[in-house]
Amino acid sequence: MSAGADDLTLIIGGVLGLLLLATLIGEALRMRGVASRQTLDIYITRVNSWWVMAVTLSVALLLGKVVTLMLFAFCSFAALREFMTLTHKTRADHWALVASFYVVLPVQYVLVWWGQEGLFTSFIPVYAFLLLPILSMMRGAGASFLARISETQWALMICVFCASHVPALLVIDLGEYSARSVLLIAFLVLVVQLGDLMVYFAGRRIGRHRVAPSISPKSWEGVACGAVFAALIGASVAWITPFGTAGAALMALISFLIGTGGALVLDAIKKDRGVTNWGHIIPGQGGIVDQLDSVFFAAPVFFYVTRFFWA
Amino acid sequence: MIRILATISGQFLVLFARFITAARAEWRGTEPVRRRRIYYANHTSNADMPLIWTVLPPVLRRETRPVAAADYWLKTKLRAFAGRDIFKAVLIDRRAEHRTEDPIAAMAAALDEGSSLILFPEGGRNMGEEPLLPFKAGLYNIAQLRPEVDLVPTWVENISNIMPKGEIIPVPLSCSVIFGAPIHLREGESIEAFLERAADALRTLRPNASTDYSVSTGQTG
Repeated sequence: MSAGADDLTLIIGGVLGLLLLATLIGEALRMRGVASRQTLDIYITRVNSWWVMAVTLSVALLLGKVVTLMLFAFCSFAALREFMTLTHKTRADHWALVASFYVVLPVQYVLVWWGQEGLFTSFIPVYAFLLLPILSMMRGAGASFLARISETQWALMICVFCASHVPALLVIDLGEYSARSVLLIAFLVLVVQLGDLMVYFAGRRIGRHRVAPSISPKSWEGVACGAVFAALIGASVAWITPFGTAGAALMALISFLIGTGGALVLDAIKKDRGVTNWGHIIPGQGGIVDQLDSVFFAAPVFFYVTRFFWA
Repeated sequence: MIRILATISGQFLVLFARFITAARAEWRGTEPVRRRRIYYANHTSNADMPLIWTVLPPVLRRETRPVAAADYWLKTKLRAFAGRDIFKAVLIDRRAEHRTEDPIAAMAAALDEGSSLILFPEGGRNMGEEPLLPFKAGLYNIAQLRPEVDLVPTWVENISNIMPKGEIIPVPLSCSVIFGAPIHLREGESIEAFLERAADALRTLRPNASTDYSVSTGQTG
Protein backbone atom coordinates (compact mmCIF):
# COMPACT_ATOMS: atom_id res chain seq x y z
CA MET A 1 0.00 0.00 0.00
CA SER A 2 2.85 2.38 0.75
CA ALA A 3 3.59 3.13 -2.92
CA GLY A 4 0.03 4.28 -3.43
CA ALA A 5 -0.35 6.03 -0.09
CA ASP A 6 1.26 9.31 -1.13
CA ASP A 7 -0.79 9.56 -4.32
CA LEU A 8 -3.93 8.59 -2.40
CA THR A 9 -3.26 11.29 0.19
CA LEU A 10 -2.88 13.81 -2.62
CA ILE A 11 -6.20 12.79 -4.25
CA ILE A 12 -8.00 12.85 -0.90
CA GLY A 13 -6.50 16.25 -0.17
CA GLY A 14 -7.82 17.48 -3.51
CA VAL A 15 -11.34 16.18 -2.83
CA LEU A 16 -11.45 17.62 0.68
CA GLY A 17 -10.20 20.92 -0.76
CA LEU A 18 -13.12 20.96 -3.21
CA LEU A 19 -15.54 20.22 -0.37
CA LEU A 20 -14.05 23.01 1.70
CA LEU A 21 -14.63 25.34 -1.25
CA ALA A 22 -18.25 24.11 -1.53
CA THR A 23 -18.80 24.74 2.19
CA LEU A 24 -17.24 28.22 1.99
CA ILE A 25 -19.43 29.12 -0.99
CA GLY A 26 -22.48 28.03 1.03
CA GLU A 27 -21.41 30.14 4.00
CA ALA A 28 -20.69 33.14 1.76
CA LEU A 29 -24.14 32.86 0.14
CA ARG A 30 -25.73 32.58 3.58
CA MET A 31 -24.02 35.74 4.82
CA ARG A 32 -24.87 37.75 1.70
CA GLY A 33 -28.42 36.42 1.76
CA VAL A 34 -28.60 36.03 -2.04
CA ALA A 35 -30.06 32.55 -2.52
CA SER A 36 -33.42 31.61 -1.07
CA ARG A 37 -33.32 30.05 2.38
CA GLN A 38 -34.74 26.73 1.23
CA THR A 39 -32.37 26.23 -1.72
CA LEU A 40 -29.45 27.11 0.51
CA ASP A 41 -30.53 24.64 3.22
CA ILE A 42 -30.76 21.83 0.65
CA TYR A 43 -27.35 22.76 -0.74
CA ILE A 44 -25.70 22.83 2.69
CA THR A 45 -27.33 19.54 3.74
CA ARG A 46 -26.01 17.92 0.57
CA VAL A 47 -22.51 19.32 0.97
CA ASN A 48 -22.47 18.05 4.56
CA SER A 49 -23.52 14.60 3.36
CA TRP A 50 -20.69 14.74 0.83
CA TRP A 51 -18.26 15.49 3.64
CA VAL A 52 -19.39 12.43 5.59
CA MET A 53 -19.20 10.16 2.52
CA ALA A 54 -15.82 11.48 1.31
CA VAL A 55 -14.24 11.24 4.75
CA THR A 56 -15.64 7.74 5.34
CA LEU A 57 -14.35 6.42 2.00
CA SER A 58 -10.99 8.17 2.43
CA VAL A 59 -10.42 6.70 5.88
CA ALA A 60 -11.38 3.22 4.64
CA LEU A 61 -9.06 3.45 1.64
CA LEU A 62 -6.19 4.69 3.83
CA LEU A 63 -6.72 1.86 6.31
CA GLY A 64 -6.44 -0.79 3.59
CA LYS A 65 -8.18 -3.76 2.09
CA VAL A 66 -10.06 -5.21 5.07
CA VAL A 67 -11.63 -1.91 6.15
CA THR A 68 -12.49 -1.02 2.54
CA LEU A 69 -14.20 -4.40 2.13
CA MET A 70 -16.12 -3.87 5.38
CA LEU A 71 -17.28 -0.43 4.22
CA PHE A 72 -18.57 -1.78 0.92
CA ALA A 73 -20.14 -4.80 2.64
CA PHE A 74 -22.06 -2.33 4.79
CA CYS A 75 -23.08 -0.32 1.70
CA SER A 76 -24.29 -3.56 0.10
CA PHE A 77 -26.28 -4.40 3.21
CA ALA A 78 -27.96 -1.00 3.39
CA ALA A 79 -28.58 -0.99 -0.38
CA LEU A 80 -30.08 -4.49 -0.32
CA ARG A 81 -32.29 -3.49 2.62
CA GLU A 82 -33.60 -0.54 0.59
CA PHE A 83 -34.01 -2.59 -2.58
CA MET A 84 -35.76 -5.58 -1.01
CA THR A 85 -38.22 -3.20 0.66
CA LEU A 86 -39.63 -2.45 -2.79
CA THR A 87 -39.56 -5.94 -4.36
CA HIS A 88 -42.56 -8.24 -4.47
CA LYS A 89 -42.34 -11.01 -1.94
CA THR A 90 -44.53 -13.42 -0.03
CA ARG A 91 -44.00 -15.64 2.98
CA ALA A 92 -42.65 -18.33 0.62
CA ASP A 93 -39.65 -16.10 -0.10
CA HIS A 94 -38.71 -15.61 3.54
CA TRP A 95 -35.85 -18.15 3.57
CA ALA A 96 -34.52 -16.91 0.23
CA LEU A 97 -34.47 -13.35 1.64
CA VAL A 98 -32.87 -14.46 4.90
CA ALA A 99 -30.22 -16.36 2.89
CA SER A 100 -29.59 -13.31 0.67
CA PHE A 101 -28.80 -11.07 3.64
CA TYR A 102 -27.05 -13.42 6.03
CA VAL A 103 -25.33 -15.92 3.70
CA VAL A 104 -24.94 -14.62 0.12
CA LEU A 105 -23.84 -11.09 1.08
CA PRO A 106 -21.13 -12.02 3.65
CA VAL A 107 -19.88 -14.99 1.58
CA GLN A 108 -19.47 -12.75 -1.49
CA TYR A 109 -17.29 -10.31 0.46
CA VAL A 110 -15.24 -13.13 2.00
CA LEU A 111 -14.63 -14.52 -1.51
CA VAL A 112 -13.48 -11.07 -2.68
CA TRP A 113 -11.18 -10.81 0.34
CA TRP A 114 -9.80 -14.27 -0.49
CA GLY A 115 -9.16 -13.03 -4.02
CA GLN A 116 -10.48 -16.13 -5.79
CA GLU A 117 -11.74 -14.46 -8.94
CA GLY A 118 -13.32 -17.65 -10.30
CA LEU A 119 -15.43 -17.82 -7.15
CA PHE A 120 -16.54 -14.25 -6.47
CA THR A 121 -17.43 -13.63 -10.11
CA SER A 122 -19.61 -16.76 -10.31
CA PHE A 123 -21.04 -17.07 -6.80
CA ILE A 124 -24.11 -14.82 -7.26
CA PRO A 125 -24.73 -15.20 -11.05
CA VAL A 126 -24.49 -19.00 -10.79
CA TYR A 127 -24.91 -20.44 -7.30
CA ALA A 128 -27.29 -17.91 -5.74
CA PHE A 129 -29.16 -17.67 -9.06
CA LEU A 130 -29.87 -21.40 -9.04
CA LEU A 131 -30.23 -22.13 -5.34
CA LEU A 132 -32.43 -19.29 -4.03
CA PRO A 133 -35.40 -20.11 -6.32
CA ILE A 134 -35.18 -23.69 -5.03
CA LEU A 135 -35.61 -22.35 -1.49
CA SER A 136 -38.64 -20.27 -2.52
CA MET A 137 -40.13 -23.23 -4.39
CA MET A 138 -39.75 -25.50 -1.35
CA ARG A 139 -41.64 -22.99 0.80
CA GLY A 140 -44.68 -23.20 -1.45
CA ALA A 141 -43.97 -21.13 -4.60
CA GLY A 142 -47.27 -19.26 -5.11
CA ALA A 143 -48.45 -16.43 -7.33
CA SER A 144 -46.08 -14.39 -9.56
CA PHE A 145 -43.33 -16.88 -8.76
CA LEU A 146 -41.08 -15.99 -11.71
CA ALA A 147 -41.43 -12.26 -11.07
CA ARG A 148 -40.60 -12.68 -7.37
CA ILE A 149 -37.49 -14.82 -7.80
CA SER A 150 -36.30 -12.53 -10.60
CA GLU A 151 -36.65 -9.45 -8.41
CA THR A 152 -34.71 -11.09 -5.59
CA GLN A 153 -31.91 -12.06 -8.00
CA TRP A 154 -31.86 -8.59 -9.53
CA ALA A 155 -31.54 -7.01 -6.09
CA LEU A 156 -28.57 -9.28 -5.30
CA MET A 157 -26.90 -8.58 -8.64
CA ILE A 158 -27.05 -4.80 -8.22
CA CYS A 159 -26.59 -4.39 -4.48
CA VAL A 160 -24.09 -7.18 -3.79
CA PHE A 161 -22.50 -8.49 -7.00
CA CYS A 162 -21.99 -5.12 -8.70
CA ALA A 163 -21.18 -3.28 -5.47
CA SER A 164 -18.55 -5.84 -4.47
CA HIS A 165 -16.69 -5.20 -7.73
CA VAL A 166 -15.57 -1.83 -6.36
CA PRO A 167 -13.37 -3.31 -3.60
CA ALA A 168 -12.60 -6.28 -5.90
CA LEU A 169 -10.36 -3.86 -7.81
CA LEU A 170 -7.90 -4.38 -4.94
CA VAL A 171 -7.36 -8.04 -5.79
CA ILE A 172 -6.72 -7.91 -9.56
CA ASP A 173 -3.12 -8.82 -10.33
CA LEU A 174 -1.82 -5.79 -12.25
CA GLY A 175 1.87 -6.57 -11.87
CA GLU A 176 3.84 -3.66 -10.42
CA TYR A 177 0.75 -1.48 -10.19
CA SER A 178 -0.97 -3.90 -7.76
CA ALA A 179 0.64 -2.17 -4.79
CA ARG A 180 -1.25 1.01 -5.78
CA SER A 181 -4.56 -0.57 -6.80
CA VAL A 182 -6.44 1.28 -4.05
CA LEU A 183 -6.11 4.28 -6.37
CA LEU A 184 -8.37 2.53 -8.90
CA ILE A 185 -11.25 2.76 -6.41
CA ALA A 186 -10.55 6.45 -5.89
CA PHE A 187 -10.44 6.92 -9.69
CA LEU A 188 -13.73 5.09 -10.34
CA VAL A 189 -15.69 6.81 -7.57
CA LEU A 190 -14.23 10.21 -8.46
CA VAL A 191 -15.00 10.20 -12.20
CA VAL A 192 -18.49 8.71 -11.81
CA GLN A 193 -19.63 10.95 -8.94
CA LEU A 194 -18.12 14.15 -10.38
CA GLY A 195 -19.67 13.28 -13.76
CA ASP A 196 -23.04 12.86 -12.00
CA LEU A 197 -22.70 16.25 -10.36
CA MET A 198 -21.88 17.86 -13.70
CA VAL A 199 -24.97 16.27 -15.30
CA TYR A 200 -27.02 17.88 -12.54
CA PHE A 201 -25.47 21.37 -12.69
CA ALA A 202 -25.14 21.58 -16.47
CA GLY A 203 -28.63 20.13 -16.89
CA ARG A 204 -30.09 22.86 -14.68
CA ARG A 205 -28.37 25.60 -16.69
CA ILE A 206 -28.61 24.46 -20.30
CA GLY A 207 -30.78 21.30 -20.24
CA ARG A 208 -33.44 21.32 -22.99
CA HIS A 209 -33.97 17.79 -24.27
CA ARG A 210 -34.71 15.15 -21.71
CA VAL A 211 -33.18 11.69 -22.00
CA ALA A 212 -36.17 9.94 -20.47
CA PRO A 213 -38.93 12.51 -19.99
CA SER A 214 -41.25 10.25 -18.02
CA ILE A 215 -38.73 9.16 -15.38
CA SER A 216 -35.98 11.70 -14.82
CA PRO A 217 -35.07 15.37 -15.31
CA LYS A 218 -31.68 14.35 -16.79
CA SER A 219 -31.09 16.05 -20.15
CA TRP A 220 -28.94 15.11 -23.14
CA GLU A 221 -27.11 18.44 -22.75
CA GLY A 222 -26.33 17.63 -19.11
CA VAL A 223 -25.18 14.11 -19.95
CA ALA A 224 -22.92 15.43 -22.74
CA CYS A 225 -21.30 17.93 -20.34
CA GLY A 226 -20.96 15.17 -17.73
CA ALA A 227 -19.27 12.87 -20.26
CA VAL A 228 -16.75 15.51 -21.30
CA PHE A 229 -16.13 16.47 -17.68
CA ALA A 230 -15.64 12.84 -16.59
CA ALA A 231 -13.19 12.20 -19.43
CA LEU A 232 -11.25 15.38 -18.55
CA ILE A 233 -11.09 14.44 -14.88
CA GLY A 234 -10.00 10.93 -15.92
CA ALA A 235 -7.22 12.28 -18.13
CA SER A 236 -6.04 14.77 -15.52
CA VAL A 237 -5.64 12.08 -12.85
CA ALA A 238 -4.24 9.51 -15.31
CA TRP A 239 -1.02 9.44 -13.26
CA ILE A 240 -2.77 7.47 -10.51
CA THR A 241 -3.86 4.72 -12.97
CA PRO A 242 -2.05 2.15 -15.12
CA PHE A 243 -4.13 3.24 -18.16
CA GLY A 244 -2.09 6.09 -19.68
CA THR A 245 -3.70 9.47 -20.45
CA ALA A 246 -5.92 8.41 -23.37
CA GLY A 247 -6.77 5.12 -21.61
CA ALA A 248 -7.77 6.91 -18.42
CA ALA A 249 -10.00 9.34 -20.33
CA LEU A 250 -11.64 6.42 -22.12
CA MET A 251 -12.10 4.39 -18.92
CA ALA A 252 -13.63 7.44 -17.23
CA LEU A 253 -15.96 7.97 -20.19
CA ILE A 254 -17.09 4.31 -20.26
CA SER A 255 -17.67 4.28 -16.50
CA PHE A 256 -19.61 7.52 -16.65
CA LEU A 257 -21.86 6.39 -19.51
CA ILE A 258 -22.66 2.99 -17.94
CA GLY A 259 -23.22 4.70 -14.60
CA THR A 260 -25.59 7.30 -16.06
CA GLY A 261 -27.57 4.62 -17.87
CA GLY A 262 -27.71 2.61 -14.64
CA ALA A 263 -28.94 5.55 -12.62
CA LEU A 264 -31.78 6.02 -15.13
CA VAL A 265 -32.65 2.31 -14.95
CA LEU A 266 -32.95 2.56 -11.17
CA ASP A 267 -35.00 5.76 -11.59
CA ALA A 268 -37.35 3.77 -13.82
CA ILE A 269 -37.75 1.17 -11.06
CA LYS A 270 -38.47 3.88 -8.49
CA LYS A 271 -41.02 5.42 -10.83
CA ASP A 272 -42.71 2.06 -11.29
CA ARG A 273 -42.88 1.51 -7.52
CA GLY A 274 -44.18 5.03 -6.90
CA VAL A 275 -41.35 6.29 -4.69
CA THR A 276 -39.01 9.26 -5.10
CA ASN A 277 -36.12 7.90 -3.05
CA TRP A 278 -34.84 4.44 -2.17
CA GLY A 279 -34.35 5.41 1.45
CA HIS A 280 -33.48 8.17 3.90
CA ILE A 281 -30.08 7.17 5.21
CA ILE A 282 -28.17 10.11 3.64
CA PRO A 283 -29.65 13.52 4.57
CA GLY A 284 -30.54 15.54 1.47
CA GLN A 285 -29.67 12.73 -0.95
CA GLY A 286 -32.02 9.84 -0.12
CA GLY A 287 -30.84 6.28 0.23
CA ILE A 288 -27.59 4.44 -0.41
CA VAL A 289 -28.97 3.22 -3.75
CA ASP A 290 -29.82 6.79 -4.81
CA GLN A 291 -26.26 7.84 -4.12
CA LEU A 292 -24.34 4.85 -5.45
CA ASP A 293 -26.54 3.62 -8.33
CA SER A 294 -24.11 4.84 -11.00
CA VAL A 295 -21.06 3.50 -9.16
CA PHE A 296 -22.74 0.09 -8.76
CA PHE A 297 -23.48 -0.11 -12.49
CA ALA A 298 -20.06 1.09 -13.56
CA ALA A 299 -18.03 -1.10 -11.17
CA PRO A 300 -18.25 -4.52 -12.89
CA VAL A 301 -17.61 -3.02 -16.34
CA PHE A 302 -14.65 -1.04 -15.01
CA PHE A 303 -13.40 -4.20 -13.26
CA TYR A 304 -13.62 -6.52 -16.28
CA VAL A 305 -12.22 -3.99 -18.78
CA THR A 306 -9.29 -3.30 -16.46
CA ARG A 307 -8.81 -7.02 -15.94
CA PHE A 308 -8.91 -7.74 -19.70
CA PHE A 309 -6.58 -5.02 -20.98
CA TRP A 310 -4.19 -4.36 -18.13
CA ALA A 311 -3.81 -7.55 -16.06
CA MET B 1 -28.71 -4.15 39.02
CA ILE B 2 -31.84 -5.17 37.13
CA ARG B 3 -32.33 -1.53 36.14
CA ILE B 4 -28.82 -1.23 34.68
CA LEU B 5 -29.28 -4.50 32.81
CA ALA B 6 -32.64 -3.28 31.49
CA THR B 7 -31.13 0.03 30.29
CA ILE B 8 -28.29 -1.75 28.50
CA SER B 9 -30.66 -4.30 26.95
CA GLY B 10 -32.93 -1.45 25.87
CA GLN B 11 -30.07 0.33 24.12
CA PHE B 12 -29.03 -2.93 22.46
CA LEU B 13 -32.61 -3.47 21.30
CA VAL B 14 -32.75 0.03 19.78
CA LEU B 15 -29.49 -0.62 17.88
CA PHE B 16 -30.74 -4.00 16.69
CA ALA B 17 -34.07 -2.54 15.53
CA ARG B 18 -32.25 0.22 13.64
CA PHE B 19 -29.92 -2.34 12.02
CA ILE B 20 -32.83 -4.43 10.76
CA THR B 21 -35.28 -1.67 9.82
CA ALA B 22 -33.33 1.59 9.35
CA ALA B 23 -36.31 2.82 11.36
CA ARG B 24 -37.43 6.35 10.74
CA ALA B 25 -40.03 8.50 12.42
CA GLU B 26 -42.09 10.85 10.31
CA TRP B 27 -43.91 13.48 12.35
CA ARG B 28 -46.79 14.59 10.19
CA GLY B 29 -49.14 17.08 11.78
CA THR B 30 -47.53 16.82 15.20
CA GLU B 31 -44.14 17.28 16.84
CA PRO B 32 -42.20 15.03 19.22
CA VAL B 33 -42.88 17.03 22.37
CA ARG B 34 -43.11 16.09 26.04
CA ARG B 35 -46.85 15.91 26.55
CA ARG B 36 -48.97 13.15 27.94
CA ARG B 37 -50.05 11.21 24.92
CA ILE B 38 -51.54 7.94 23.80
CA TYR B 39 -49.90 6.72 20.60
CA TYR B 40 -52.50 4.40 19.11
CA ALA B 41 -51.18 2.20 16.32
CA ASN B 42 -51.98 -0.52 13.81
CA HIS B 43 -50.81 -3.97 14.88
CA THR B 44 -49.55 -6.57 12.40
CA SER B 45 -46.48 -7.94 14.14
CA ASN B 46 -44.97 -8.44 17.59
CA ALA B 47 -42.24 -6.06 16.46
CA ASP B 48 -44.65 -3.08 16.17
CA MET B 49 -44.29 -1.97 19.76
CA PRO B 50 -40.45 -2.20 19.94
CA LEU B 51 -40.30 -0.26 16.65
CA ILE B 52 -42.46 2.63 17.87
CA TRP B 53 -40.46 2.62 21.09
CA THR B 54 -37.22 2.74 19.05
CA VAL B 55 -38.13 5.73 16.87
CA LEU B 56 -39.30 7.91 19.77
CA PRO B 57 -36.60 10.39 20.84
CA PRO B 58 -34.86 9.03 24.00
CA VAL B 59 -36.39 11.67 26.24
CA LEU B 60 -39.91 10.65 25.16
CA ARG B 61 -39.05 6.94 25.08
CA ARG B 62 -38.12 7.00 28.76
CA GLU B 63 -41.58 8.20 29.73
CA THR B 64 -43.63 6.18 27.24
CA ARG B 65 -45.08 2.83 28.32
CA PRO B 66 -46.71 0.29 26.00
CA VAL B 67 -50.03 -1.25 26.99
CA ALA B 68 -49.51 -4.97 26.49
CA ALA B 69 -51.15 -8.32 27.13
CA ALA B 70 -50.13 -9.93 30.42
CA ASP B 71 -50.74 -13.45 29.11
CA TYR B 72 -48.11 -12.88 26.39
CA TRP B 73 -45.53 -10.86 28.28
CA LEU B 74 -45.49 -12.92 31.46
CA LYS B 75 -45.23 -16.30 29.73
CA THR B 76 -41.45 -16.74 30.09
CA LYS B 77 -38.81 -15.13 32.33
CA LEU B 78 -37.14 -13.43 29.36
CA ARG B 79 -40.40 -11.92 28.13
CA ALA B 80 -41.26 -10.78 31.63
CA PHE B 81 -37.85 -9.06 31.87
CA ALA B 82 -38.42 -7.39 28.49
CA GLY B 83 -42.01 -6.41 29.21
CA ARG B 84 -41.67 -5.25 32.80
CA ASP B 85 -38.09 -3.98 33.00
CA ILE B 86 -37.10 -2.82 29.50
CA PHE B 87 -40.41 -1.49 28.16
CA LYS B 88 -42.05 -0.90 31.58
CA ALA B 89 -45.26 -2.10 29.97
CA VAL B 90 -48.67 -1.51 31.52
CA LEU B 91 -49.66 -5.18 31.57
CA ILE B 92 -53.34 -5.89 31.25
CA ASP B 93 -55.27 -9.16 31.16
CA ARG B 94 -57.16 -9.60 27.90
CA ARG B 95 -59.33 -12.34 29.41
CA ALA B 96 -62.11 -10.49 31.20
CA GLU B 97 -62.94 -13.42 33.50
CA HIS B 98 -59.40 -13.53 34.95
CA ARG B 99 -59.12 -9.81 35.61
CA THR B 100 -58.22 -8.59 39.04
CA GLU B 101 -57.67 -5.01 37.90
CA ASP B 102 -59.63 -2.85 35.47
CA PRO B 103 -57.37 -2.26 32.43
CA ILE B 104 -58.73 1.24 31.83
CA ALA B 105 -58.00 2.16 35.46
CA ALA B 106 -54.45 0.82 35.05
CA MET B 107 -53.93 2.99 31.93
CA ALA B 108 -55.39 6.05 33.66
CA ALA B 109 -53.07 5.47 36.63
CA ALA B 110 -50.04 5.31 34.31
CA LEU B 111 -51.14 8.56 32.61
CA ASP B 112 -51.62 10.21 35.99
CA GLU B 113 -48.02 9.31 36.91
CA GLY B 114 -46.94 11.39 33.88
CA SER B 115 -46.36 8.56 31.42
CA SER B 116 -47.46 8.44 27.81
CA LEU B 117 -48.86 5.18 26.41
CA ILE B 118 -48.57 3.05 23.28
CA LEU B 119 -51.89 1.34 22.58
CA PHE B 120 -53.04 -1.10 19.90
CA PRO B 121 -56.79 -0.49 19.72
CA GLU B 122 -57.45 -3.44 17.38
CA GLY B 123 -56.90 -5.65 20.42
CA GLY B 124 -54.81 -8.23 18.58
CA ARG B 125 -52.60 -8.72 15.57
CA ASN B 126 -54.14 -8.09 12.17
CA MET B 127 -53.37 -11.05 9.91
CA GLY B 128 -55.81 -10.22 7.13
CA GLU B 129 -55.76 -8.08 4.01
CA GLU B 130 -57.69 -5.14 5.46
CA PRO B 131 -55.39 -2.39 6.75
CA LEU B 132 -57.21 -2.18 10.10
CA LEU B 133 -59.47 -4.39 12.20
CA PRO B 134 -62.42 -2.75 13.97
CA PHE B 135 -61.24 -0.95 17.13
CA LYS B 136 -62.16 -2.28 20.57
CA ALA B 137 -63.84 0.00 23.09
CA GLY B 138 -60.64 0.59 25.10
CA LEU B 139 -59.54 3.69 23.20
CA TYR B 140 -62.96 5.28 23.71
CA ASN B 141 -63.05 4.39 27.40
CA ILE B 142 -59.66 5.90 28.17
CA ALA B 143 -60.47 8.98 26.02
CA GLN B 144 -63.62 9.46 28.08
CA LEU B 145 -61.80 9.05 31.38
CA ARG B 146 -58.85 11.34 30.43
CA PRO B 147 -60.25 13.59 27.66
CA GLU B 148 -57.34 16.08 27.86
CA VAL B 149 -54.73 13.52 26.74
CA ASP B 150 -53.59 13.74 23.07
CA LEU B 151 -54.51 10.68 21.03
CA VAL B 152 -51.81 10.42 18.36
CA PRO B 153 -52.53 8.15 15.38
CA THR B 154 -49.38 6.14 14.69
CA TRP B 155 -49.03 4.15 11.49
CA VAL B 156 -46.36 1.43 11.42
CA GLU B 157 -45.41 0.71 7.82
CA ASN B 158 -44.01 -2.51 6.38
CA ILE B 159 -43.07 -4.37 9.55
CA SER B 160 -45.09 -7.49 8.73
CA ASN B 161 -42.74 -8.55 5.89
CA ILE B 162 -39.75 -8.44 8.20
CA MET B 163 -40.89 -11.36 10.28
CA PRO B 164 -44.03 -13.05 8.95
CA LYS B 165 -45.95 -15.01 11.57
CA GLY B 166 -44.19 -18.23 12.48
CA GLU B 167 -40.74 -17.11 11.29
CA ILE B 168 -37.92 -16.54 13.76
CA ILE B 169 -35.21 -14.80 11.69
CA PRO B 170 -36.01 -11.18 10.71
CA VAL B 171 -35.23 -10.01 7.16
CA PRO B 172 -33.78 -6.47 7.06
CA LEU B 173 -36.25 -4.11 5.32
CA SER B 174 -36.83 -0.38 5.70
CA CYS B 175 -39.66 0.63 8.00
CA SER B 176 -41.16 3.92 8.95
CA VAL B 177 -43.45 5.04 11.74
CA ILE B 178 -45.74 7.92 10.82
CA PHE B 179 -47.24 10.09 13.57
CA GLY B 180 -50.35 12.09 12.68
CA ALA B 181 -52.21 15.05 14.16
CA PRO B 182 -53.65 14.29 17.63
CA ILE B 183 -57.39 13.79 18.06
CA HIS B 184 -59.62 14.16 21.13
CA LEU B 185 -63.04 12.86 22.10
CA ARG B 186 -65.66 15.45 21.17
CA GLU B 187 -68.43 16.62 23.45
CA GLY B 188 -71.28 14.11 23.25
CA GLU B 189 -69.62 11.99 20.55
CA SER B 190 -70.90 8.42 20.39
CA ILE B 191 -68.53 5.49 20.79
CA GLU B 192 -69.14 4.32 17.20
CA ALA B 193 -68.53 7.75 15.68
CA PHE B 194 -65.41 8.30 17.79
CA LEU B 195 -63.86 4.92 16.98
CA GLU B 196 -64.59 5.40 13.28
CA ARG B 197 -63.00 8.86 13.33
CA ALA B 198 -59.96 7.50 15.17
CA ALA B 199 -59.59 4.63 12.66
CA ASP B 200 -59.91 7.09 9.75
CA ALA B 201 -57.21 9.34 11.19
CA LEU B 202 -54.92 6.30 11.36
CA ARG B 203 -55.80 4.96 7.90
CA THR B 204 -55.07 8.27 6.17
CA LEU B 205 -51.46 8.10 7.39
CA ARG B 206 -50.91 4.93 5.42
CA PRO B 207 -48.53 5.57 2.48
CA ASN B 208 -50.36 5.62 -0.87
CA ALA B 209 -53.61 5.73 1.07
CA SER B 210 -55.19 7.89 -1.61
CA THR B 211 -54.63 5.37 -4.40
CA ASP B 212 -56.24 2.33 -2.84
CA TYR B 213 -58.39 3.85 -0.16
CA SER B 214 -61.41 6.08 -0.39
CA VAL B 215 -60.94 8.41 2.53
CA SER B 216 -64.14 9.81 3.95
CA THR B 217 -63.91 13.57 4.13
CA GLY B 218 -64.58 15.91 7.00
CA GLN B 219 -63.97 13.33 9.67
CA THR B 220 -60.29 13.64 10.38
CA GLY B 221 -59.62 15.69 13.39
